[in-house]
Amino acid sequence: MIADRPEGIAGWPPPALDPAGPFAGPLNVLAWVLFAMGAVVLLVVVAALGLALFGPRRWRARLGGERLVWIGGLAFPVVVLSALLIYGLGLTSHLTQEPGPDEMRVRVTGEMWWWRVAYLDDAGREVLQDANEVHIPVGRPVVLELDSADVIHSLWIPRLSGKVDMIPGRRNLMRVQADAAGAYGGQCAEYCGGPHALMGLVVVAHEPADFTAWRARQTVPAATAGLPAPGAEVFGRAGCGACHTVAGTAFNGLAGPDLSHVGSRRTLGAGILPNNHGTMAGWISDSQAIKPGNRMPAYPVLTGQELRDVSAWLESLK
Amino acid sequence: MRWAPLAAALLAGCGETARPPRTIAGADPARGLAVIERVGCAACHAIPGVDWPEGRAGPALKGFGASPLIAGRLPNRPDVLTAWLIDPPSLAPDTAMPPSPISEAEARDIAAYLYTLDDR
Repeated sequence: MIADRPEGIAGWPPPALDPAGPFAGPLNVLAWVLFAMGAVVLLVVVAALGLALFGPRRWRARLGGERLVWIGGLAFPVVVLSALLIYGLGLTSHLTQEPGPDEMRVRVTGEMWWWRVAYLDDAGREVLQDANEVHIPVGRPVVLELDSADVIHSLWIPRLSGKVDMIPGRRNLMRVQADAAGAYGGQCAEYCGGPHALMGLVVVAHEPADFTAWRARQTVPAATAGLPAPGAEVFGRAGCGACHTVAGTAFNGLAGPDLSHVGSRRTLGAGILPNNHGTMAGWISDSQAIKPGNRMPAYPVLTGQELRDVSAWLESLK
Repeated sequence: MRWAPLAAALLAGCGETARPPRTIAGADPARGLAVIERVGCAACHAIPGVDWPEGRAGPALKGFGASPLIAGRLPNRPDVLTAWLIDPPSLAPDTAMPPSPISEAEARDIAAYLYTLDDR
């Protein structure tokens, strides 16, 4: 149930109609304009249908004429829809412009069924890796550079943006800005295989000072290289490092989400579970029961003590 | 014949002692369910009343209110259950169930909810 998720896209008012930033606002306006125009056209059509069925003979003859077909069936839609297209493109063209020199850039890559996140410098080089969460400063536009590692995904953060497809080999752009600090739910909006509905994302908007502090914390490894923790030993023995990177250790797998600061994330399993010691243990033990078909296997080889150790260690990576 | 009333009394007594009252003063099952959803207990347990997920790492909790034991080893009493929910390894060192980020009041609410699950 989407409503049960920690930072979902359900709720009232519907997030898509409750914009929280200047790049979601125009889309909300466009949606209401389209809805209003659709309603007017529907009323006119229904009225014409009523007249055609029950109206006086003279009106019925007029409705059946060729002239009405040319005007109502061709000229009117061409003019109105063209005007609407120009209006809509004007309203939204700046949403997908190339990033300016002062704009923060984040690459978000869709994977089956999670999000790889990398913060870029001005030259487009990756300076920080993360997963399933995008942190942004309040009140500043941020350009998300969208890509896919496998199939077509689509990123949708209803309160901050419209949907933009993530297409393998292409770089699509999406601009987001949040006007207030908080967490904003996101969701994959293009069917991408089994667990598609459980592919969520969280955008966390910080006050500028908090954002600077968050960024500073992220650049320092939370794990220490000596591996004194029993959980780190279990992590290594179970082979977790083949798919997961933990900065500051020898674990450098790239197939799965980066876990360098996994303990500080709000959710587990790509936006679907709250993140705590217990959910971490449950996810590691049998993520297939939670998100069937996801690419992490169940680990029935771990004892209760090992499971608690490894999840405690991961939760300590703040 | 004169043993019959005694036998009846004993048998009736059996039925009662098998189901001791499991009420928790001041606890609210509805609040407990909300805490269960917030903390994500269902990541490991299939819990009646929670649609998703239905984790399998821990036992399914259908009928837990009528179960005599917690984790197959501790008496299923309100005080034990509350302590268990907060810090299971302190009662069973080899359990996979880790301590939960909940207060004692929240643990009592969860216990109250679990004691409503007595339909088999």
